[in-house]
Amino acid sequence: MHALLKSRRIMVALTAIATAATANTVSGQQTSPAPIWPAGLGAVSAPNADPFPSTYRPFPSRPTLIRNVRIFTGVGPAIANGSVLIENGRITAVGANVAAPAGAVVIDGAGKSVTAGVIDTHTHLGVYPAPGTAAHNDGNEATAPVTAHVWAEHSVWPQDPQFPRDLAGGVTTVQVLPGSANLIGGRSTVLKVVPSRTVQGMKFPGAKYGLKMACGENPKRVYASRGPSTRMANVAGYRNAWIAAEQYRRRWDKWLADKQGDPPARDLGNETLAEVLRGNILVHNHCYQADEMAQMIDIAKEFGYQIRSFHHGVEAYKLADVLAREGISGSLWADWGGFKMEALDGIRANIALVHAAGARAIVHSDDPSGSQRLNQEAAKALAAGRAIGLTISDEEAVRWFTANPAWALGIEDRVGTIEVGKNADIVLWSGNPLSVYTRAEKVWVDGAMLFDRLDPAARWRTDFELGYVAPAGGSR
Amino acid sequence: MRALHTLRTLLIGAALPFAAEAQTIAITGGTVFPVSGPRIERGTVVITNGTITAVGANVAIPDGAQRIDATGKWVTPGLINAATNLGLSEAGSPQFSGGYNDVGATRTKGISAAFDAWEGINPASTYIIPTRQDGITSVMVGPGGGLIGGRAAMVDLAGATVASMLVRAPAAMTATFDPSAGSLQSRGELIGALRDLIADAKVYATRRAAYESNQTRTFAATKADLEALQPVVAGTMPLVVAVDRVSDIQAVLAMGRQYKLKLILLGAAEGWQVATELKAANVPVMVGAMSNIPTTFNTLNSRQENAGLLRAAGVQVILIGNGPGDGATFNVRNIRQEAGNAVAYGMNWDDALRAVTLAPAETFGVADKIGSLQAGRAANVVVWSADPFEISTRAEQVFIRGVLQGGKSRQDELAERYRRLPPPFGNP
Repeated sequence: MHALLKSRRIMVALTAIATAATANTVSGQQTSPAPIWPAGLGAVSAPNADPFPSTYRPFPSRPTLIRNVRIFTGVGPAIANGSVLIENGRITAVGANVAAPAGAVVIDGAGKSVTAGVIDTHTHLGVYPAPGTAAHNDGNEATAPVTAHVWAEHSVWPQDPQFPRDLAGGVTTVQVLPGSANLIGGRSTVLKVVPSRTVQGMKFPGAKYGLKMACGENPKRVYASRGPSTRMANVAGYRNAWIAAEQYRRRWDKWLADKQGDPPARDLGNETLAEVLRGNILVHNHCYQADEMAQMIDIAKEFGYQIRSFHHGVEAYKLADVLAREGISGSLWADWGGFKMEALDGIRANIALVHAAGARAIVHSDDPSGSQRLNQEAAKALAAGRAIGLTISDEEAVRWFTANPAWALGIEDRVGTIEVGKNADIVLWSGNPLSVYTRAEKVWVDGAMLFDRLDPAARWRTDFELGYVAPAGGSR
Repeated sequence: MRALHTLRTLLIGAALPFAAEAQTIAITGGTVFPVSGPRIERGTVVITNGTITAVGANVAIPDGAQRIDATGKWVTPGLINAATNLGLSEAGSPQFSGGYNDVGATRTKGISAAFDAWEGINPASTYIIPTRQDGITSVMVGPGGGLIGGRAAMVDLAGATVASMLVRAPAAMTATFDPSAGSLQSRGELIGALRDLIADAKVYATRRAAYESNQTRTFAATKADLEALQPVVAGTMPLVVAVDRVSDIQAVLAMGRQYKLKLILLGAAEGWQVATELKAANVPVMVGAMSNIPTTFNTLNSRQENAGLLRAAGVQVILIGNGPGDGATFNVRNIRQEAGNAVAYGMNWDDALRAVTLAPAETFGVADKIGSLQAGRAANVVVWSADPFEISTRAEQVFIRGVLQGGKSRQDELAERYRRLPPPFGNP
């Protein structure tokens, strides 16, 4: 009877999907793809299930023309004195001469630059918020080496004052990951950097989840007393997890195909891993050393999943040809290294060498301060590449913090470049974004200007900051 | 053994250790930033036997001088990062190198005044070459923490021995105004502990003989620590106090007034809110320019304008590497980026250059040796391709005590080896 009831509700839901598909845009914005299974079926392990759906809606916006500005489009050469038109949250025109529609806000960008909104593939914003307190220490479920069942979004504190600071650095999209204590740390989430009461109100509509995996020293250090305590046990741990996940996936996919009998028991951890195996969740693998990255690639092939991005990868330059061949991006620091054995071989040309080998290079932060200055981090990586004789344009370096991270998060069809039809996540920089003296001046998210350095009184202040942190305008 | 060290003050003649290698060099045609005076277009810097002998627009170039054409380049004093643990850790571990705490002492009360952090410097540390490749020629090397953490020294980043690197040792005592640094619970307890310590140091100085014959009460610190604190309580040795919150800064300033301490503040996240008090107290402040996160309840009003606002109030500002990515060892070099950000957030450019050259030199008593381009100073000179704070700029020539620094870093060798893949695995 229980199963019957479910079947009936599934039928209702399937018809609902057809209507949802057409109603699936709000203010010109795509929202989440409708879940295949509807609400109320928590006992069913559904592909692309979305039990915590995004409630993000773009903020009010006005048609805006930024003219006479240098545009780093992210696709090809920069446009020297171009214009970008934003309407209804989208980019509707880009070029040398764009007429301003009636009533549009016109911004003169003389001496300034425009890029797509900065995207950081590696943050712990909200899960390790500021101020750092034990009560908010929510980023690492360091109680077992495999915690595929946890979701970072359930730890995100939307009032983390690090969010508005990231926005002021031009960052419009972040991936929030679980920490690296575990072999498999859980699901990541992709967030818009916007004020919201809830994490659901920040979730990037339709973005796939990520899975955080970690190589090397951290898991074996954290679990030294109970295992894994060695790299070989790390690898055994991943493989055991994937063996169980593959069994789970087959059992569920068979039931989903034929609906014979009761559904199999649901398991949150295996459900996430099964979604990786189905290609519905992207793998983000914290891994420093080249030798370990090569092993992780073999594990991915053994179980039939793709690694979307190696994170930190201080030795990515040693394996850059392989990363290019395998289509794996590198989410990397500009100049971190030396702070532990597996970081010993960090070099400043890492990002540039990975780029030169034809792999997708990304400058990431893993740090709430560095995240605010990914443009400067890219500039350091660019300078290091040029210092060893690599020919890399400013335009290519801008892609390291815009288009390439968009690809790593699977949202490259929506954000990451200045192209007609893309979401209007845009930064107006006070100068060349690769200069240390340049600051993000205005930042638009889906066409809405959410940061204006010239208007401190309008600055987003989190609940936490009220009464604790002096406001930027007036009294400050 | 440690008691001996407490009485020692090493003031090393800057040019002496390298005199044998040095020669006469004339850097010509560049825009020269002496820091101690206005910039000089198409200026000349003459270096003789490791020392600057002339700086100016119309300088006679000695016969036989090696000429370096710096036309179109910027010439500055070598930069100084005044808050580092350089040479004290390797691969993130102090155990692999010199170490930065007197653990035995700090474990109990957090007091290790007699700990001389610089004695552990490994001159072969792999982080020294990359640091000076970016134009940083001198650093302060100090302890990693502690209520009274120990003493720091100013060193030049050249030399095969610790002794040959020293510019001034000790240059300062370091402290942390935080109850947890002394395993304490409250601010009041912390202030009480510091008062007891200072009082005991003063009593000890008048009762050394009695102390040696066990005729005194028990003091708040060991003999070595009390000896080390003597120049601090006498107001002759600077006391660098790590402190962030406004009320804590005010408490430190009050103690400084009461005991006539020669204070320097480190961190000072909320310093901009009491800039006029800091100026009135004539207290130098060491701050980063990339900090704006309320990482703790002590740094709620941290902001990137801090350095510029303090300087605008007339405070002696020293920029330090406070950014992400191990700013105290691997990325000591990123002091350039700090300075650039300080300017982006309101600091005058000349003041920012001063804050990474002459200001730390003055503050730590070495302005007669480093920190400016003047006759008589050690020839720590950098020729930059352009503005030293701009990220695309390279330090093309770095002189320390008149010697052009070269050499590949370990990072250079790795980059060369993997320039083509698969790597050759021979000697690059």
